[in-house]
Amino acid sequence: MIFFIIRRLIMTVFLLLVVSMLTFAIFFLVPRLGGETPYELAAQYVGRTPIPSEIHAVEIKLGLDAPIWLQYGRYVKGIVLGVHYNNGTDVSYCPFPCFGFSFRNDQPVWPQMTSDIPVTVSLALGAAVLWLIGGVAVGVLSALRKGTFFDRLSMGVALAGVSLPVFFTGLIALYLFSYRWSLFPNVHYVGITTNPVQWARNLILPWITLAFLYAALYARITRAGMLETMGEDYIRTARAKGLPERKVILKHGLRATLTPIVTIFGMDLGLLLGGAILTESVFSLPGLGQFTILAIQNHDLPEIMGVVMLAAFFIVIANLIVDILYTVIDPRVRI
Amino acid sequence: MQAEDAGRISPSAMLEVRDLRVHFQTDDGLVKSVDGVSFTLDRGRTLGIVGESGSGKSVTSLGIMGLNTGKNVYISGEIWLDGEELVSAPPTRVRELRGRKMAMIFQDPLSSLHPYYTVGNQIIEAYRLHNDVSKQVARKHAIDLLGRVGIPQPSVRIDDYPHQFSGGMRQRAMIAMSLSCDPELLIADEPTTALDVTVQAQILDLISDLQEEFGSAVIIITHDLGVVAELSDDILVMYAGRVAEYGAAEDIFGDPGHPYTWGLLGSMPRMDRERTERLIPIPGTPPSLIRVPPGCPFHPRCAYTGLTGGRCDTEVPLLREVVNFGHHAACHLTDDDRTRLWAELSAGVVPAEAEIPAEAKFEPGTGVQESPPDYEKGSPVGGAGETVSPSGADS
Repeated sequence: MIFFIIRRLIMTVFLLLVVSMLTFAIFFLVPRLGGETPYELAAQYVGRTPIPSEIHAVEIKLGLDAPIWLQYGRYVKGIVLGVHYNNGTDVSYCPFPCFGFSFRNDQPVWPQMTSDIPVTVSLALGAAVLWLIGGVAVGVLSALRKGTFFDRLSMGVALAGVSLPVFFTGLIALYLFSYRWSLFPNVHYVGITTNPVQWARNLILPWITLAFLYAALYARITRAGMLETMGEDYIRTARAKGLPERKVILKHGLRATLTPIVTIFGMDLGLLLGGAILTESVFSLPGLGQFTILAIQNHDLPEIMGVVMLAAFFIVIANLIVDILYTVIDPRVRI
Repeated sequence: MQAEDAGRISPSAMLEVRDLRVHFQTDDGLVKSVDGVSFTLDRGRTLGIVGESGSGKSVTSLGIMGLNTGKNVYISGEIWLDGEELVSAPPTRVRELRGRKMAMIFQDPLSSLHPYYTVGNQIIEAYRLHNDVSKQVARKHAIDLLGRVGIPQPSVRIDDYPHQFSGGMRQRAMIAMSLSCDPELLIADEPTTALDVTVQAQILDLISDLQEEFGSAVIIITHDLGVVAELSDDILVMYAGRVAEYGAAEDIFGDPGHPYTWGLLGSMPRMDRERTERLIPIPGTPPSLIRVPPGCPFHPRCAYTGLTGGRCDTEVPLLREVVNFGHHAACHLTDDDRTRLWAELSAGVVPAEAEIPAEAKFEPGTGVQESPPDYEKGSPVGGAGETVSPSGADS
């Protein structure tokens, strides 16, 4: 077990390294291969009307003229330890985890992201709780009432849920609940430490909107899994013991159905933590998704790289947790 | 066929099934999986239910347990378990009896045990469901049970998961679970089909040992005549959801009264016969249970329909007593014809329809005692199962 976790951790680090190589290659190697000079790369850092000497200073300071593998080494070192940039006259420190300097304001990328992370985490975790409970509950009920009106209705709603994009359901929700009926007026993000009640109140609409999309998916998966599980021999054994049907369903049926759901749940959550771009845009939440959009609009490569690395980190960690959880959930994969 | 059985019904019977019918409404039509089955079973006795795949054996047993669920199931008839009628009883009452008064062992012990719970947990769950005891007491009981069914180091293995057990051990664990509440009726549905030949004998021995110890009534469902030959007091031969023959094991093996039983016996390899003798398969396949042939359901595959003056395909044969008291067969053949044909078969005459070369000599065994179970000598009992039931799987 402990060896499995260590092995899995090493794998995780390796995976993150590969991601960093790929992003680095895309943003630094590919332009160079495409004929861009270090000078031109450096020019992106210094504003709209740069003086050549300034550009040269940046080029040397960021080491853009160094061999590419040296630059990559410095990039990785920056992420892991933080790094000093120095051209003799101008020293700037980029603390851990260093994703480089933003084109926009010449500041390190990471501190600009940190304020956005709690927003996205709040949104993603809240929605995740909602969709997991809602989706699984609806899925189980649908499976048990297969073919009934409830089943057809919930699966119809679920189909709508997976089909309707967030920018549609989100706007409808905003129009109805915020504007028309003023249940949640003036949706804006309030930090949980500032005012927990306001935090929750302002996030309810985004939570529901985001959860609706995923709950629909989870309801369908749960229903299919439940229908399969309830036909298994061990369910018949549970009934043959004389267990009440409720216990047969919850303890024996749902237990087996939940295993694959945990897997996709981990993946979905990891993916969302990297930024729920659509939901954040619709509800103007200043999270990583918004940060990403701004970074892309500004062609701010270091910021984009930072977001990519952070998203990759979340996904890989989510995967790691799922894998370790799996050994607890499914005794057959225990090592 | 129900009236004829009246002679066998005894007031002391642990289990008495009267005219049980289990029908399933499907898109293709009404499937008459069990269509008028009656039998009785006393304490400490074993009934073997034999038949091909789809003959209704499993559905009968699930019907007794009240496990034929679903909106499309129609059950009628009577099931008396220790003086209590189950078909008309509320489902909650039948549920209370399940696992406590009647328990069941299933065919595939791996898929029948929950993969995510330890063997011990599953036994403890069954025990505590019907007995108000603490977890510690239940655990002790489970360890004791596992030891009694022959699991080595039961206090350690109790915390294993089913996949850590071998096939035979899983079936032992299943048996331990089913016996956890001292059931008075134990139904074993093909308990050895999924197991190695060497393990089969051990499991059967275990079942019969435990039966002696617990004094339960046992129903063994199988397509393997070798299994019932060893264990059963009575045998019920089912065909197309109906009883073809019902009687004491010695009668069924020694003096079978139904052409279908003759076919089953003829298609089973036996150690007490010459190696050169051919097995004689039953021609054709079991009928669809949606469109059961009119008259005797076996008549399209029967070699002797010419002897009854056309009754076979028009008139449903009733179970009637043949030769010995309590030995019933559902066949239109007269006692004289039946006795003569069986004597001929025993002497090696092969029915023309079987299209087997004449040199194949057929000499069925004369009784249970003279025919030790084949698997103990490693003969291809699985092959016998194949001949009787081509699909191998029971529905």
